[in-house]
Amino acid sequence: MRSIKYAAPTSVEAAVAILDEYGEDARILAGGTDLIVQVRENGRDVGVMVDGKGIEELTRIEIGADGSLTMGAAVPCYQLTANEGVVAAFPGFIDAVSIIGGTAIQGRASVGGNLCNSGPAGDSIPALIVHGATANIAGPGGRRSVVVEDFCTRPGANVLETGELLVSLTLPAMPKNSGAHYLRFIPRNEMDIAVVGVGAMVKLDGDNFESARIALGAVAPTPLFVAASGDSLAGKPATEKSIEAAAAVAQEAARPITDMRGTAEFRKHLVGVLTKRALRGALERAKGGTVNGR
Amino acid sequence: MAAELVAGKTVVSTTINGEPLEIVCEPRESLLEVLRDTLHLTGAKEGCNNGNCGACNVILDGRLVNSCCVLAVEVKDGEITTIEGLATAEGLHPVQEAFLEGAALQCGICTPGFIVSTKALLDKNPNPTETEIRYWLAGNLCRCTGYDKIVRAVQAAAKNLSGGN
Repeated sequence: MRSIKYAAPTSVEAAVAILDEYGEDARILAGGTDLIVQVRENGRDVGVMVDGKGIEELTRIEIGADGSLTMGAAVPCYQLTANEGVVAAFPGFIDAVSIIGGTAIQGRASVGGNLCNSGPAGDSIPALIVHGATANIAGPGGRRSVVVEDFCTRPGANVLETGELLVSLTLPAMPKNSGAHYLRFIPRNEMDIAVVGVGAMVKLDGDNFESARIALGAVAPTPLFVAASGDSLAGKPATEKSIEAAAAVAQEAARPITDMRGTAEFRKHLVGVLTKRALRGALERAKGGTVNGR
Repeated sequence: MAAELVAGKTVVSTTINGEPLEIVCEPRESLLEVLRDTLHLTGAKEGCNNGNCGACNVILDGRLVNSCCVLAVEVKDGEITTIEGLATAEGLHPVQEAFLEGAALQCGICTPGFIVSTKALLDKNPNPTETEIRYWLAGNLCRCTGYDKIVRAVQAAAKNLSGGN
């Protein structure tokens, strides 16, 4: 690896000061499972690594009185999957968090890092989007929040300006009679990059869908929020026929490429299959049932 | 208040296999590089050097990690267990015994990583199911054994450690 400088600030303000001073040369280090490898292998040009793990606000998990979840950007995945309150309240989010890498990656990798890496296939991102999560950002100009569907701008790039860092992510409380599910297709059973990933969230009103959100991974330059697919379910009966129609809308919105993980045609097919399964799982949870034992 | 920037060589206090140490390292060095090249603890192997293969796995503050994906400067005040910390003067660790007894290795490059991962698993879950074992070890790659003997060895170690026979 190229020679680098390292800092371990203990406050958001101190981190912002370093990021502001060193500009594009400085990057926040959370679990390092993307950043360290990219600097070493791909020659990513980072001269200053600013370790966020010494900052309390970046390492905290908090379930608010209103039932919302706020997690620091550097919280490692294992702390979320081991947190009974988080697993019980947000099982559809845990679907995604629990499959990011294998055990050793889970020990370090964070959801904040997964989002800031802004890969089109990042598993946590469609799950964050369907939950209506917001990214809480700090920078030299103060604080701001961005909804996660607007965070990624192209592969590896996002809305963070020079000097800014992601502090935390907030998932609003799950409304009554709602459920979420995320799943992906990979050729292994575990520890692989999604060929396609799909997240779904549904809210029921009796036997009908009141609202729904669908987001897709690995079928566009960024994780894709398909508002039209979820909106097509509003007011429709919670039946297989409605689910099939919504999946067709998601398929239409996907614009995948062909690469070593799969052809564009195969990915389009997967979007249909996985959207249906994600919706069925979300529906099951909305009715009080469980998926994956959660 | 701005935090201090570490540039060039620095001293990091940490504990490795129960021994408090002061390591001289540069921020660009991974924990794996420092273990192998500075401390000559060459049990952890460099396989892929990008977090896929698990051959460099160590236990850091109670969590299994890929030591290639940790900077040495990050382990300040940390507690690290490497493969060298498992055997004692009395003999091999039960997990090592089980791998040896079950011939759960061929070329051996992946073995230290598998054994450290297995120790971390059994510390947390003394009686894992086969599915739990296979998922836990998904981040350890072996190109020789086909994994079956490894899974059997983990089951045997679990049995031995929990007092069964």
